[in-house]
Amino acid sequence: MEFNEPAGENVFDHSKVVGRPTPRVDGPLKVSGRAPYAYERHDVAEGQLVGYPVVSTIAQGRITNMETEAALNAPGVVAIVTTLETGEMPIPSDMNVAPLFGGAEVAHYHQAIGVVVADTLEQARAAAALIKVDYDVTKGSYDLEAAWQEKREDRSDPVSRVGDFEAAFEAAEVTLDQEYRTPSQSHAMMEPHASIAAWKDGKLTVWTSNQMIEWTRQALATTLEMDPEDVRIDSPFIGGGFGSKLFLRADSVLAALGARKAGRPVKVMLPRPMVMNNTTHRASTIQRIRIGAQQDGKITAIAHEAISHTFPGGDGENAISQTQKFYAGENRLIVKHLAEMHLPEANAMRAPGEAAGLMALEIAMDEMAEKLGMDPAEFRAINDTQVDPEDPDKPFSERHFVECLNRGSEAFGWGDRNATPGQRRDGNWLIGHGMAGAYRGSPAQDSGARVRLQPDGRLIVETDMTDIGTGSYTIIAQTAAETMGLPLDMVEVRLGDSDFPVSAGSGGQWGAASSTAGTYAACLALRSEIAKKIGVNDTDSLTFKNAGVRTGEKQMTLASIASEGEIVAEYTMEFSDSRDEEIVSTFAAHFVEVGVHVATGEIRLRRMLAACDAGRILNPITARSQVIGGMVMGVGAAMMEDLAIDEGRGFFVTHDLANYEVPVHMDIPDQEVIFLDTLDPQSSPLKAKGVGELGLCGVAAAVANAVYNATGVRVRDYPVTLDKYLDQLPAV
Amino acid sequence: MGAPIEFEIRRRTLVASSAAVAIGAATGQRSGAQSRAALTPSGAEDSTITLTVNGVEQELTIDNRTTLLDLLRENLKLTGTKKGCDHGQCGACTCTVNGQRVNSCLSLAVMHDGDEIQSIEGVGTPDDLDPMQAAFVANDGFQCGYCTPGQIMSARSVLDEIRAGIPSHVTDDLNAQIEVTDDEIRERMSGNICRCGAYSNILAAITKVAEEQA
Repeated sequence: MEFNEPAGENVFDHSKVVGRPTPRVDGPLKVSGRAPYAYERHDVAEGQLVGYPVVSTIAQGRITNMETEAALNAPGVVAIVTTLETGEMPIPSDMNVAPLFGGAEVAHYHQAIGVVVADTLEQARAAAALIKVDYDVTKGSYDLEAAWQEKREDRSDPVSRVGDFEAAFEAAEVTLDQEYRTPSQSHAMMEPHASIAAWKDGKLTVWTSNQMIEWTRQALATTLEMDPEDVRIDSPFIGGGFGSKLFLRADSVLAALGARKAGRPVKVMLPRPMVMNNTTHRASTIQRIRIGAQQDGKITAIAHEAISHTFPGGDGENAISQTQKFYAGENRLIVKHLAEMHLPEANAMRAPGEAAGLMALEIAMDEMAEKLGMDPAEFRAINDTQVDPEDPDKPFSERHFVECLNRGSEAFGWGDRNATPGQRRDGNWLIGHGMAGAYRGSPAQDSGARVRLQPDGRLIVETDMTDIGTGSYTIIAQTAAETMGLPLDMVEVRLGDSDFPVSAGSGGQWGAASSTAGTYAACLALRSEIAKKIGVNDTDSLTFKNAGVRTGEKQMTLASIASEGEIVAEYTMEFSDSRDEEIVSTFAAHFVEVGVHVATGEIRLRRMLAACDAGRILNPITARSQVIGGMVMGVGAAMMEDLAIDEGRGFFVTHDLANYEVPVHMDIPDQEVIFLDTLDPQSSPLKAKGVGELGLCGVAAAVANAVYNATGVRVRDYPVTLDKYLDQLPAV
Repeated sequence: MGAPIEFEIRRRTLVASSAAVAIGAATGQRSGAQSRAALTPSGAEDSTITLTVNGVEQELTIDNRTTLLDLLRENLKLTGTKKGCDHGQCGACTCTVNGQRVNSCLSLAVMHDGDEIQSIEGVGTPDDLDPMQAAFVANDGFQCGYCTPGQIMSARSVLDEIRAGIPSHVTDDLNAQIEVTDDEIRERMSGNICRCGAYSNILAAITKVAEEQA
């Protein structure tokens, strides 16, 4: 089934289940500790051994020797696999650049170089500590500032140029030219990467924690040089991902190699202190933004130039991406630089590109509004655009950014703020208000599902879609219930198994719109099967309602139709290129109130509000959770998260949850979320878009702008920590 | 809810919290003779202990290095208690020992001979949820669910601790009865990280249970 024209009226426009606040169907399993995560699946394979990773302690160089004898002789050790004996292995996919395992070359710090397999974790860990590794160290450069100074004036290969930016900027009545810095960030999901691997008759099964089942099945087959048909991946519950589990990671490879050598199933969990250097991260950026405007606030010139570090051959952090689409302005310049270094692989983290880019752009917009003497929300509204600023013939499908600004402003009481910084006090606290706009694309991916109507009338939905906390189980159940006219509790959703039809997976905030479209397609196919079964030619003449189907005067239950055996249908929704004839994106406005202590400079958030334009909201409960969760991550980005780089030795120093600080309960104030619930027929049959990444976009800048409003100190170097402004606070 | 908690610091608790098992992450260039000698135990490597887990007495012979967390997850296959960091940084492993919440990853199992342990499995089942578990579902106090058992174990203890008059960093008046305020809950829950950021919903869930119990 192809989605090749805007959705017309369909079952979701008269919905009884989709769009209703629905508690998670997997909730009782999760709150009772019964949802099985990757490392916990004692039942799937007999005789599991434990593998403990050995990782490199240099960033770049060559292993000259690995002394494993003491470890092999240690109590409980069954097998050891080293990177030297394995030899070089293929890079898992064209979306990755760093090797996961194999060969003598060390490409980054904490690269996996071995696995010790023993009866227990305690034995494997102790033995791993006995392995002695000798290296030839290659000295690398890890200095992003130096790379920026070298490339800052190089505009020879821009991402895009429209009009004459330089002339327009020169002629503008009001201008801004500033640099902003964002640090490297870690996904820091609560469940570390973990896998259990078992071999049987040359076939491999890996029970793991992964967002993209088919990518990972292919990647594991590529890495191990196997036929993908001989690899099965299963990942029904995932303890958070945020992009960190998009790809095959070392835990699966080590478990597979360890199990092959030991001749028994092996499970491997990356110890937390290894996660941040062994896996991927969001790269740090330096961004220069220039904006020129007329006195009336209309932007005439906008340039966004950014550099990020990347592992050689990678893409770094695409911090300029939103600036190509977000605000109007006839003269535009977008430049992206990469500084290749042998840090761990920079790759996607929640809202890759926009999250870091908006941290800079939305401070710049705040600064520009101040220069113009304008309300920053109004300045953004003036520069709204309904067409692609780089290609005015291309419209946005649905864009209600101005409504987000207006609804958000009103609900927050934005008009009551004091626009002059440092003027509002509450006891010992300086009070500040800040806002920011948010933009994030809403792509779709082909997505398949299989639906199985059972003799008792229940429906089973099977798809390799994943639920990483996003609520996939629930919205897929809602979609199937709606389409088949079933109550929600008669639908069972099974996810994350590569034996199921290939889905969109979870990433790029495409999961919800895509996977519900795939479920809808499979349910329509099942409707046709049912029509055939009861001898009706025109499926559209059937009404599916109350767990039954009606045709003319005739009414029967779905259970009776399937009484002789289950009825199965499988289908994939394919999204054609026609979807891209318009820009399908999501928008939001964020508002934040902070208090900054007059003497200590401590920042406390007091309240947050987001107004979101993200298509049909399939489940207001889980969608709101996505947004408030994004807002929390935005607070982290604003105030604390920082994968500090050791520029001498080339690794992230803050590589555990004590040193890489993320928000805790006490950091988060009251949060309010407004959904416009705009329908977008261009996006999907359900007229839905993504929301999981939107919630993060722009939040950090809103916090930084609020701190400026409270104190009069502008910090352009994230995170906004005491050391950067304490000495500039107003006199007590 | 459990009985009020004795407000005293037991010597055992102190020892437990300082005995972080920070073995092993280092596979450094210099694993010399000194560290190798240190890895050879001078006494027995295993111990036999008896402890009560979720009301069931268990006798186990375990590796002395086994944490209470791994005893639950690996030896007893009670995997509701989660391993998020194994270093006392995230709270996912929270369970109770003799009624008090602990980070079970920071406590060696051998120190719990004779103790009474409760893990999430002892709180409620999917078909028979405890009020706090039900409130987490009703308020969507989680997303990925991995920190959730720890949050729930902490949440139940937080209400016990407030009722027992144990002050926190944000308690203004140490002589007055402690009120169940948003800040008291947030402060006391701050050892349990939720990266999905469900904090507002967790607060709502705990508040609902506190109101029902008031």
